[in-house]
Amino acid sequence: MWFEQVVFWALAVTAIAGAVGVVMVRDLFRAALLLATVFVAVGGFYVLMNAEFLAVVQILIYVGAIAVLFIFGVMLTRDVQQGNAPNRLQIPAAVVSVLLLTAMVFTAVTTDWTTLAGAGLETKSQIAQTQAVGIPDASRLVDSGLSAQEVDSVAGGGLADLLIGQFVLPFEAVSLLLLAAAIGGLALARGRGR
Amino acid sequence: MSLESMLVVAAVLFCIGLYGALARRNFIAVLMSIELMFNGVNLTLVAMGRWLAPYAVQETLSAVLTGQVFAVFIITVAAAEIALGLGIVFAMFRTNESVDLTDAAAMRH
Repeated sequence: MWFEQVVFWALAVTAIAGAVGVVMVRDLFRAALLLATVFVAVGGFYVLMNAEFLAVVQILIYVGAIAVLFIFGVMLTRDVQQGNAPNRLQIPAAVVSVLLLTAMVFTAVTTDWTTLAGAGLETKSQIAQTQAVGIPDASRLVDSGLSAQEVDSVAGGGLADLLIGQFVLPFEAVSLLLLAAAIGGLALARGRGR
Repeated sequence: MSLESMLVVAAVLFCIGLYGALARRNFIAVLMSIELMFNGVNLTLVAMGRWLAPYAVQETLSAVLTGQVFAVFIITVAAAEIALGLGIVFAMFRTNESVDLTDAAAMRH
């Protein structure tokens, strides 16, 4: 368990220091690279939380696509070294952010959460989550000491089942949104008259 | 590592992103800050799915993946937002010759 703690704190320090750098560093190109660091650290958090598929998606889409798009966009800034200047709202923005942070941390720490461990579901839910992608392997489930009834309740879940089953309507809506965004981005970047 | 510590990290990421989105002048820097906020929200969703046991989870265990499904949708929406946002950046650069948001406040074309 101590190894998990060490990795968690290392990732937390990386993510938060990187995020502070993104909003503080004057050089926009460095801000974009720091943003990619934050994305990788968040991917590490997903691995720690048994969300391996999401970690792969995070690296592919955020680091592979979005960070590269940002670096393209940075070329449009005339003065890249000094491009990340603050505006007049700096102090009110800091006050609002700190107030919101205080409220959220207070809520997170003082709420009495009903956790999986408290409900005795920790092992089963971990198995269900690590089987988020791939074919459920019933023999592995039996080996982990579950009864046959519990195996039935765990096997056959998976991210794909949820995406195509229960969440199929938002899934289709989001694919339509992506298509519209791609066409809209093309139309905006192409300009009128050409 | 616990639910609380993960929620605190996510809240810190979100608030840093909020500060950046409100206080930066460069359009691209504002978009970067919005991505930080998205990442904070995604961390919260996955952490809730990983540690919390609402009634839905006790009924069917596949419900523990709901948080991850939401995060997948948010990542898709973030990708769409960046595609459109950079299109707007290009259009703004063509008309204004800069991507400074204080220049864009004049609303001339």
